Formats: sequence, structure tokens, C-alpha cells
Amino acid sequence: MEWHDDAIILSVRKHGETAAIVSLLTRDHGRHLGLVRGGQSRRRQGLLQPGNLVAASWRARLPEHLGTLTLEPKRDLAAGVLDDSGRLKALAAMTSLLEATLAEQEPQPTVYAASLAMLENLSDSGEALSPVPRWLAAYVRWELGLLRELGFGLDLDTCAATGSRENLVYVSPRSGRAVSAEAGEPWRDRLLPLPGFLLDDSLPPLAMFDIVAGLRLTGHFFDRHHFAQHSGRLPSARDRLVAALSA
Amino acid sequence: MLAKLPGLGPRSARRAALHLLKRRDSVMAPLARLLDEAAAAVTTCSVCGTLDSTDPCAVCADPGRDTTQICVVEEVGDLWALERAGAFKGRYHVLGGVLSALDGIGPEELNIARLVARAGEDGCREVILALSATVDGQTTAHYIAERLASLGVSVTRLAHGVPVGGELDYLDDGTLSAALRARRPV
Repeated sequence: MEWHDDAIILSVRKHGETAAIVSLLTRDHGRHLGLVRGGQSRRRQGLLQPGNLVAASWRARLPEHLGTLTLEPKRDLAAGVLDDSGRLKALAAMTSLLEATLAEQEPQPTVYAASLAMLENLSDSGEALSPVPRWLAAYVRWELGLLRELGFGLDLDTCAATGSRENLVYVSPRSGRAVSAEAGEPWRDRLLPLPGFLLDDSLPPLAMFDIVAGLRLTGHFFDRHHFAQHSGRLPSARDRLVAALSA
Repeated sequence: MLAKLPGLGPRSARRAALHLLKRRDSVMAPLARLLDEAAAAVTTCSVCGTLDSTDPCAVCADPGRDTTQICVVEEVGDLWALERAGAFKGRYHVLGGVLSALDGIGPEELNIARLVARAGEDGCREVILALSATVDGQTTAHYIAERLASLGVSVTRLAHGVPVGGELDYLDDGTLSAALRARRPV
């Protein structure tokens, strides 16, 4: 068995004294693990960072084997975020979410393309200063897209109670469907706030609380549909991102 | 037991064991005695977390060291590297690792609370974060900087860029872009 593919490094775990087990999100082969010989060497340390884009070659006798990976650098995306605390937290949250939610060896081309675009967005330090950086809104939209690709997409087009498309400001924590302000008023304490920028990609978030509301929304459904089913919890890296933005 | 040491596999451990057995008096007995002494004497410094035969360690107890600067390193080996270079005359703080979501290492597992307490003591003016230029290393650096923000001490980190003797042609893209971002007037 052998394949060659582009991939994003998700995590690197030491194996023995010199090797590393690397988890990749590949373009055509989904999340894939493999052994990188010499993966702990100093020469490879810069390459084997979560978020970097590599050209990967995987070889094994059988598809279910761990196999060995040969990695060549394509784009050093992680280095671009190391100086920025917020972007670095987002990168860590993103790679740990992908690592925790994606099944192995299930092709996810849409998730790969969205994740690569998100990483490019994060490593673009030329963004103009604004109260709420654009990459934060892109990150929340990326999480929403990941939920959709995992099969738990939210229906934010119409109100679950009235069918109206106007004034959608809540989401039902059970069904994941939008609820209008009027229909949701009696249950407003139990409903999740729906920030407006998630309804229309052209709308920017109004303030940081919109971003936090968006992350709480996606976090609730990741927890409910994925982590609660697998006796796990949201990755601590994502918790740190939400905590930093909430402060 | 020898095969469990880093750098030694079963074969090299056998060779080492044979070597020790052939030189019982000149190597094995002195080594056993020294290992025994080290096991009894070497302890973790209660101030900075390094390993030494005294507590506080020689660096923390040295009155000639600059007490206004604390250099934060991941492991004892990093402290030794900085001491070899002889470029830093302040005091150190060994974290014992870096934050890692994958390995389940959170702030509680690291020697961070003690660092915050030291940085808050009178006299400390600067905390230098000498952590790896990796995602985990810099995540830890930002976390520490946020924890120290309210104390009024200056928090700096080591520069990332072109190593001495390095040729641009052989540098990776990340290092080159970091070096360009950190350029300064000549």
C-alpha cells in the first residue's frame, strides 16, 4: 500500500527515542496516522509542528497498519502564528478539534479545504487592526462547517417554530434549529444566542461577545453530538481559546 | 536496566554491561558508588526546580547573580545549555515541560505557580521566556505572559531567526519569515 498526498499536520507524539507518530489531515485520505522515522530529531522539529502543510508519502503492507510516513515541507504555516497569542490558541484549538472529531482514514476533502483556508487566514498577519479580527469570525464559521461535515449541521435558515426567516436570534439547544425573537421569547433562558454574523457571511461580528456566543453555540453541539457520545470533552486547547476571548 | 536508559538498546546495553564486568575495579565499582551518591545527594531546588546537590541550588544561592531577571526554561538541560553559553547572569526557573493538550499537560502539571510567586517578589523586574519555538512552547510562553501581566514585570522572550553561522539558503521558510519579522536597524 502506498499513497502520496498533501496534508496538514495535526499532532505529533514521540515514539521510542527517535521516531514520532504523526497524525495528518490529508486532502484525499482523511485523517491518517503514520510513523516518521527520525521524527524527534532537531532537523525535523521545525517541520513537525501542528498546522504545517506537507507533502506526505505513506507506505504499509496492509491498509490497517500504522505504516511509515515521509514528509516534505510545503508551507510553514505554524511559524506565522507563533508570535500572536490569539492566533496560536486558535491554531491549537483547530488542530485538537480535528484530531478529536475526525474518524481515521475517512476522506474529508471539504474539511481539508476549509481547514487549509482557515490556516492561511490565521497565518496572514497583514490583516488591518479592528475591534474583532476577521479571522475570529472565520474560525467560528469553520467550526460550524466542521459540525456540518460531521453530520450535525445547524439549520439556521428558518425559525423552527414559525418558519419565519426574519429576526432569527436564538438556536434550540436540542434540535440545532434557529428560533426567531418572538417565538423564542418565552424560552429565552433555555435557548442559545445566535450571533448575526453566522446568518450572513458578509456580516462582520459586532463585538467580541458575538464571537464568544458563536463559540458557545458550536461548543454546545460538539459536546452534545460528539464528545458526550464518546465519553470525552472538548479539547483543553479550545477551552483556553474561549476563556481568553471571554476575559 | 541499562537497556532502559536513553540511547541504549538491548545490544548496546549488553556491550555496556560486558564492559562494566570486564572492568569491575576501574569502572564498575566507582560508577556504582557515584550513582549511589548521586541518588542520595541530588535533589530538586525548591526555588527554581533545577537539579543540584544543594537546596537552594548553586545558582539560586549565588549572591553574585542578578536577582532582577528570571530566565524561564523547559527542562534542566536547557538551563545547562544557557549556563554553558555564559551569556546570562540572572536566575532561572525550570518549568518541567510545556503545555500539551495531546499529552494532557496543563498549567497545574508545570512549575508555573511558583514562577508567578517568584516574579511577584520584590526585586524582580524581568522574566525572560527561553522556551522552544514550537506551537507548544510558544503556547506556554503566551500563557505565562498572561499570568504575569498583572504583576508589572517586563516579560520578554528569546529572538527567533538566523543562527550564528547560518546560511539563508539552508533555512526553513518559518525561520526566515520569523527573522524578517524580527529585523532591526543596523
